[in-house]
Amino acid sequence: MNIIDRRPNPKGKSLTNRQRFIDRARGEVREALADALKRRKLGEAGGGEKIAIPTRGITEPVFRSSSRGGKREYVAPGNKKFVAGDRIERPQGGQGGGRSSASNEDNGEQDAFEFVLSREEFLDLFFEDLELPDLIKTRLRESEATQLTRAGFSVSGSPSNLNLVRTMRNSLARRISLHRPRADEIEAIERQVQAATAADDAEGAAQGLHDLETAQRRSRRVAYIDPVDVRYNRYERVPKPNTQAVMFCLMDVSGSMTEAMKDLAKRFFLLLHVFLERRYKQVNVVFIRHTSNAQEVDEDTFFHSRETGGTIVSTALEEMLRVVRERYSPDNWNIYAAQASDGDNYTEDSDRCSTLLGQEILPITQYFAYIEVGAEATLRHGFPSPATDLWRTYAQVGEQHQNFAMRRVADPTQIFPVFHELFAKHRAEA
Amino acid sequence: MPDSNSLVANPVLLFEGPEWDFEKLRRVHAAIEEIAIGELGLDVYPNQIEVITSEQMLDAYASIGLPLMYRHWSFGKRFAHEEMLYRRGLQGLAYEIVINSSPCISYIMEENSMAMQTLVIAHAAFGHNHFFKNNFLFRQWTDATGILDYLAFARDYVTHTEEQVGTEAVERVLDAAHALMNHGVHRYARRPKLNLEDERRREEERRRFFEESYDDIWRTAQLPGRNTPKTLEEREQERADMRRKLGLPEENILYFLEKQAPRLKPWQRELLRIARHISQYFYPQKQTKMMNEGCATFVHYEIIHRLHEKGLIGDGALLEIMHSHTSVIAQPDYDDPRFNGFNPYALGFAMMCDIKRICTAPTDEDRAWFPEFAGNGDPYGTLRHAWANYRDESFVLQYLSPHLIREFRLFKVLDDAEADAMLVDAIHDERGYREIRRALARLYDLARHDPDIQIRDVDLAGDRCLVLAHAVHNGIELDESSTRAVLEQLSTLWGYGIRLEERDATTDRVIKTHEVAAKRS
Repeated sequence: MNIIDRRPNPKGKSLTNRQRFIDRARGEVREALADALKRRKLGEAGGGEKIAIPTRGITEPVFRSSSRGGKREYVAPGNKKFVAGDRIERPQGGQGGGRSSASNEDNGEQDAFEFVLSREEFLDLFFEDLELPDLIKTRLRESEATQLTRAGFSVSGSPSNLNLVRTMRNSLARRISLHRPRADEIEAIERQVQAATAADDAEGAAQGLHDLETAQRRSRRVAYIDPVDVRYNRYERVPKPNTQAVMFCLMDVSGSMTEAMKDLAKRFFLLLHVFLERRYKQVNVVFIRHTSNAQEVDEDTFFHSRETGGTIVSTALEEMLRVVRERYSPDNWNIYAAQASDGDNYTEDSDRCSTLLGQEILPITQYFAYIEVGAEATLRHGFPSPATDLWRTYAQVGEQHQNFAMRRVADPTQIFPVFHELFAKHRAEA
Repeated sequence: MPDSNSLVANPVLLFEGPEWDFEKLRRVHAAIEEIAIGELGLDVYPNQIEVITSEQMLDAYASIGLPLMYRHWSFGKRFAHEEMLYRRGLQGLAYEIVINSSPCISYIMEENSMAMQTLVIAHAAFGHNHFFKNNFLFRQWTDATGILDYLAFARDYVTHTEEQVGTEAVERVLDAAHALMNHGVHRYARRPKLNLEDERRREEERRRFFEESYDDIWRTAQLPGRNTPKTLEEREQERADMRRKLGLPEENILYFLEKQAPRLKPWQRELLRIARHISQYFYPQKQTKMMNEGCATFVHYEIIHRLHEKGLIGDGALLEIMHSHTSVIAQPDYDDPRFNGFNPYALGFAMMCDIKRICTAPTDEDRAWFPEFAGNGDPYGTLRHAWANYRDESFVLQYLSPHLIREFRLFKVLDDAEADAMLVDAIHDERGYREIRRALARLYDLARHDPDIQIRDVDLAGDRCLVLAHAVHNGIELDESSTRAVLEQLSTLWGYGIRLEERDATTDRVIKTHEVAAKRS
């Protein structure tokens, strides 16, 4: 009998197969994802997702008997009241409802195939084809941050970087080629000498002593570790792309924003956040809400508390600039901003908004997205609703700047398409 | 338990507490071996026990229980599904997987407690192992010493081919092969292949006969048929000849394609061959699932009780094992929401316990029904004979006793689509025993479970359309959409059109035809 511990064997034997399966079902998986997304809550940001995909593309058909028609026999256990000759109603679901051992092996068609995508798989699929636009400024700033990277070995360096494996390997090779006697070889000669002495074999002892001396001399001459053996790990400073980003979420929380509108905005912010997280090691989020004045708040307050008052959008932009000045120097941070509003603004504020945005904010941000969450009714019925104040203002600014985008959203189902549109790869290339 | 303290202190116990280690496994294995071989008279392959993690168990599930497998997306699909069921707690993992190989490999999970490991070793390493080594189907069809090497070959071959022709091309062939896998087994031993020597001898004979019976009159006489168009009969004769040469009719579709499909490349034929071999390897397991599990369950039940009687395992371990044992052999009634057909463990175990009862304490009824072995006092010998020489179908037909039919309260229902209600036509009474036994045995007959499909003809003179026939028993036809999907897969392998005729098994009348046009891959 043989017991083998297989636990240390490499894990993930099925990973390739799993990947192949997902590749095969890619189309279905993406559809299912878009569906799943609609039901998702903010708290589950970026986690794995259980999805059910139609079995169309991934069936493994076999010849199978039809489940209806013909004459069938079943044998079942647990008879309680039947006697021979009784008639029983067919169970719901037609013929074959009284299952037998012969038909239980595969229950044939499942309508949907359910499995869980890991977080990584989920995000890969989710953001497939999406690209962060306008990375030019990042590239310009690249040289400012550097990072130590392994770059082979060197013959000089600090002791803490000593590479033992390399050093010992060189040492061993040198010792072998120079015939440095090993410790056990010397011991063997010593024993030989002792044996010869004990046996009064003068000649043997003399010969042994001579050998011993040669060996010892050789071992002294050929060092165990020679400076030529020593190797150090070498590191190089490599400029690294700026890997931190800050995301500003600006939202109008005045009375005109309904809960439904806030929910739309929330979904958009969520998507943007997850997307940025994949691109940057560190993503900070700053929440700024505004009515007629603006303040930086935490996430909870941002989404849940309600304010009353008029709407002055420029206050939010100013607040954002203030935060940038204080904490997020554009030299070190990639700045993204997303603004959500129902488009209401105090008419006299429009000019100020366009100046702030066009001259101060857009030059320092990577990307600024404006989402106008609209009243559903007007959009749904396809009537072109009149452009709001803010929309008109921003539209003018948008014409001059590449890193600005604006979209209208009226319904949760539109969030994903709009997001896709904003970040689709071809747009980045254009 | 008031006296458990004294038992725990008992120094002869093989193990205490739930923790296991390799030393304990070895001790337990030795103790079980003594009982299994010495008392039950089992005959097993040498054992190899491998400890794996739950994740590795999921991996093994996905590759249909084999330790090595080629890569294919369908295994990933199975893995994703099993993983979800497991993670959401809908389904526990099996405690063990056992491979029909020599040495017999049993995988046991590290999460199991020592009591469970004991159960698993008795169940898999002795119960299943004995069955694999002795049952006639396994002896006849599978090569226990070669399977692991073959799987390694298959995996490497598929990988190698993928590198040469691309993953997608390989997957297309494997998809089609998997669809036909149930029809890739030889159900009967084949007639020996004609060899060159025999052929030559036959040819020689024919020529001699021709020379001896030569008569010039026949050459000059004007006979009908020469230089005239062939008659219908002659053409029919030619076609029959052709069919014979191709080895038709043939029910092993994969075999036929591998040998005869005109457009396949050598690597495609080899892939079909791999699928066919794996299918053939599993064929005995499909036919003996109930017996195999019953045998293993019966063996572990006997062994565990002997271990306990000998004072080698404590009461706590026994209770833990029995708890798991009883949940494994639970058989819900037909009207229970958990009912999902017969539990092979339950039926197999019950039948084997019943045989033991009949051997040792038979009633008059048993004597009347089973005169060959009732009261022979040798339960293990009787069971060993049954394990070696039966499969599920014949085992039920031979050994299901009236006693057990009553105990399970079995009843038989006839469901005729023509009638407006189902008819209970036999229950557990004197008139029904034989009918129930016959019907239950039939449910385990694989030949009736898988649709009976044969390759019947190839239109070689015309469009090379492959003609299949499905023998329709009791008016049960093929499922329309899945049949179409399989035929499409089949046509990518065959390279030309396919026609499947559904013929009534008794009258040979064509009921329905499925057709798929030629599709070039």
